[in-house]
Amino acid sequence: MDYKVKLDIFEGPMDLLLHLIRKNEMDIYDIPIAVITDQYLEYLDLMKELNINVAGNFLVMASTLIHIKSKMLLPAPPVDEEEEDPRLELTGPLLEYIQLKEAAIQLNQRPLLYRDVFTRDFIPKEMEGKEEGLIRVGLFELIDAIRKILLERKQDELIFEGSPLVPIEDKMEEILARLKQKGRLLLTDLFPSHINKQEIIVAFLALLELARLQKIVIYQEIQEGTLLIYDFLPPSTVS
Amino acid sequence: MNELKSLIEALIFVSPTPLSLKKIIEVAGESYPHKEIETALARLQAEYDTPERGIYLQEVAEGFQFRTKPRYSEWIKKLKKIGPSRLGRAALETLAIIAYKQPITKGEMEHLRGVEVDGIVRSLLEKNLIRILGRKEVPGRPILYGTTQRFLELFELKDLSSLPSLEEIRSLSDELSDGESE
Repeated sequence: MDYKVKLDIFEGPMDLLLHLIRKNEMDIYDIPIAVITDQYLEYLDLMKELNINVAGNFLVMASTLIHIKSKMLLPAPPVDEEEEDPRLELTGPLLEYIQLKEAAIQLNQRPLLYRDVFTRDFIPKEMEGKEEGLIRVGLFELIDAIRKILLERKQDELIFEGSPLVPIEDKMEEILARLKQKGRLLLTDLFPSHINKQEIIVAFLALLELARLQKIVIYQEIQEGTLLIYDFLPPSTVS
Repeated sequence: MNELKSLIEALIFVSPTPLSLKKIIEVAGESYPHKEIETALARLQAEYDTPERGIYLQEVAEGFQFRTKPRYSEWIKKLKKIGPSRLGRAALETLAIIAYKQPITKGEMEHLRGVEVDGIVRSLLEKNLIRILGRKEVPGRPILYGTTQRFLELFELKDLSSLPSLEEIRSLSDELSDGESE
């Protein structure tokens, strides 16, 4: 399968690190570097396996992690040589990043023009156009969900041949048709227990592509964590 | 005073963008003393600040503008057929970085976010939320970006100094650092 997803994913290595730190409830001032490096690399492998183009900056971060990890393994320097914790190289930028993310959240909580408050003018063209963050749950949550599905199926025979592959375009059509019929789908609806690994990947790529084309939005239920897929209703133009 | 108050109301009503005090004085200053204009403006603002009104008078982007109260947003969207908000998370984060760190180059933004920002910067420029401030005098002379008046209008900010400081945000994010508050 040489279909490569070239997603304009704005989530980068920093988001992945934060995701892992939060998921494992790690202390950001005392990151277990070996654990996080392993998990990070595992993610990169999975992303490659799912044919997501892994941007160069993910690899740069991977080498930073490995570098820090190896530094931590070196014997401690003599006491008179005060050496700083190599993890600071990670903690500093992460803290700054968290702070700026929080600033963005606070900006978004202000009374926003054309969302919360309105003036007498019409909605200007500048507010139309492509939206960037359409995968509401974020790529990593989606990967997590797929990973869980893949792990659950690990025991079964994950055959790579067998039934002829459905092209991604057909899968996309199928998902849209089912959405039209039902209004919304559970993520797990798309991965019935009998499908094989290859089909899982095709369905996953179809989902990513549909999200990129703004045909669907994916939400996560807060309480149960279920991923839901909805039709994307494009905003009508202002008359 | 009542006459002056109504006059100011009319002036703000016809202005497509926030009307500055300076502009009001330019128009009405020959007939009324400046001090009186300021008092009338403050009173007008207070009068709108009651539950009976559907709009309020807000100081934004160094001017005054009538805005509909947030509790009516759903009805207005229905009337105007407006879809969901068009600023994604990545755009918001980049915008926050520019707002707090301006003047800032693309390289510096990328360093902070760990991802490239070309597409986002272009779309923020198109939306007139950021602008080019000049060039940084370092090798390569990269372009420096900053926010616009339009940015202030969009986020209902009087000026850039009315953003909460990064120190205030830091203490908040420390409390929140073990839970995503999105």
